Amino acid sequence: MTPDATDLAILRLLSEDATRSAAEIGRHLGMTQPATWRRIKRLTDEGVIAGRRIVVDTTALGFGVTVFLGIKLAAKGRVGLEDFERAVTAIPEVQTVQHVLGQFDYRLRVRARDIADFERILRRRIMTLPGVGQVEANVLLSEERRPGPL
Amino acid sequence: MPDTTDRRILRHLLADPELPNAELAERAGVTPASLWRRLDRLREDGVIGAFEARIDWRKLGYEVQVSLRFTLDKTEPRAFDNFIAAARKVPEVTEIQTFLGSVDMRLSVIARDMAHWQQIYRESILTLPHVQDSDALMLVSTIKDVQELPL
Repeated sequence: MTPDATDLAILRLLSEDATRSAAEIGRHLGMTQPATWRRIKRLTDEGVIAGRRIVVDTTALGFGVTVFLGIKLAAKGRVGLEDFERAVTAIPEVQTVQHVLGQFDYRLRVRARDIADFERILRRRIMTLPGVGQVEANVLLSEERRPGPL
Repeated sequence: MPDTTDRRILRHLLADPELPNAELAERAGVTPASLWRRLDRLREDGVIGAFEARIDWRKLGYEVQVSLRFTLDKTEPRAFDNFIAAARKVPEVTEIQTFLGSVDMRLSVIARDMAHWQQIYRESILTLPHVQDSDALMLVSTIKDVQELPL
């Protein structure tokens, strides 16, 4: 869909706080509650608003280490990709799996309790994945989400 | 520090951040009043923060998503600060991450199409300060993307 300036303003407010009500957003933008509600409903129905993300302090929950892995498959081919994808998505500590083009074939976001726990995940779960070749690990120090072109 | 019940609540909440509170209370085996109190305390303690809407950029016409990885010139003491400040000014940047490893910084950048990507790359990315080396990974598809943790 092609959003107008009002849609973008609504998205911006919701990407800061998705719990804001249509009435509250309407007040911000000088619109009535029903008109705002209809726009939010359309953005949701069209899939532009794809759900919610909770900002959470994972360190307080005992997951102090986030590692991004770049993985290159040793042997490619459609079957290889499917086997790899099925196995990697089943690992509970792997939160994100992206198929990419470039120096690597896949990007993974892995959460671990500490470096020793990460080593266990890497050795027992990642290095044993079907077809896995070269692996590069980078430990996340900090991250920041930006609103994007809203 | 979150106790066992808090962790149970958070496990269900992270698995499905859109669960209504009544449903979340039932799954976590607590009363709605107790759920409310516990969520309030987790918020006060900073364990949970904002609930943000996830935006599907493809649905807004941004078909290209690139993961750009940089190594910076570490002889410059302010390399990281200057780089991050400049990256924040690029509207198409949706994530800024700092790493320990062979990569120093990573940006997620979105563009409408390859022509738009080329324009952003030339005007806003090649001009970022203190870059020694960079490479790009172009997103083909996202196979998994969850917040769930094995709590």
